[in-house]
Amino acid sequence: METDNKSIEDIRTIRKIMEESSRFLSLSGLSGVFAGVTAIAGALVAYFFILNNGSIHFDEYFRSHLAKETIMLRWQLMADAAVVLALSVLFALYFSFKKAKRDGVNFWTPVSKRLLINLLIPLVTGGVFILVLIFQNHIQLIVTCFLIFYGLALVNAGKFTFDEVFYLGILEIITGLICALLPGWSLIFWIIGFGVLHIIYGLVMFRKYEK
Amino acid sequence: MKDLISGINKVFENRVRLGIMSVLMVNDSYDFNNLKKTLNVTDGNLASHLKALEEKGMIKVNKRFIGRKPNTNYSVTIKGIADFKQHLKALENLIKDQ
Repeated sequence: METDNKSIEDIRTIRKIMEESSRFLSLSGLSGVFAGVTAIAGALVAYFFILNNGSIHFDEYFRSHLAKETIMLRWQLMADAAVVLALSVLFALYFSFKKAKRDGVNFWTPVSKRLLINLLIPLVTGGVFILVLIFQNHIQLIVTCFLIFYGLALVNAGKFTFDEVFYLGILEIITGLICALLPGWSLIFWIIGFGVLHIIYGLVMFRKYEK
Repeated sequence: MKDLISGINKVFENRVRLGIMSVLMVNDSYDFNNLKKTLNVTDGNLASHLKALEEKGMIKVNKRFIGRKPNTNYSVTIKGIADFKQHLKALENLIKDQ
């Protein structure tokens, strides 16, 4: 009986160590919710302030005008997106630090570094590609690219953290592909992909792992 | 019963060694300091168990320099993978048999 208990204990320890050393589990659901809210706020700012209550039609307007005339708008939209990105990343890091501290685990481990590298390769590729699209006046597929590259980044990083991140990535890719089929609806898909999906994901994760 | 127990490998019976093997089974390689942090053990303790596993041919050691700092990396050998899997199987059998 004693050897039996010891074996169960051993197997439990092995499982725990294997999981902790190969997956980054300090990702907080709250960062998802926050990123979603920020993304929606960013989209509303774009619609009401930058695109003049929607009277500037995102896609057609840019295509029918010379790049020079719309340069100010382009910079404003990019600045808007950059603020959304920066806030989301900052809060994701903040919530993860906090969760790691609460669970008494290290934040910078070999696996969190691997997670970051795997996330950044598709993400930076996408970012650079999108900049190229913007300046070469291929505006219509920008939001699609945001969603697809972000989805690929999540799929890639999903191996090193919760499985749900992988599935969130798949959903982002699908949203991106549908977005490509419906030109002119970019802002709506931005809100679905970066807003709604993040908030749902965040709430699910928070209820599942952090309650 | 005898067959079941024979799968248990004495080399892995220690908790620290189990921990080391568990980490190395799911990671290509891991360095000394991160192993220490993950397993929450002292330098001396970890070093002696790593040495033992190395001598039994379960893990291999890869020493290198990062800048001026020495960095010791560990990874599991093919023998280590096979033996550890067998050990796990034996543990599971012990439980199932009860």
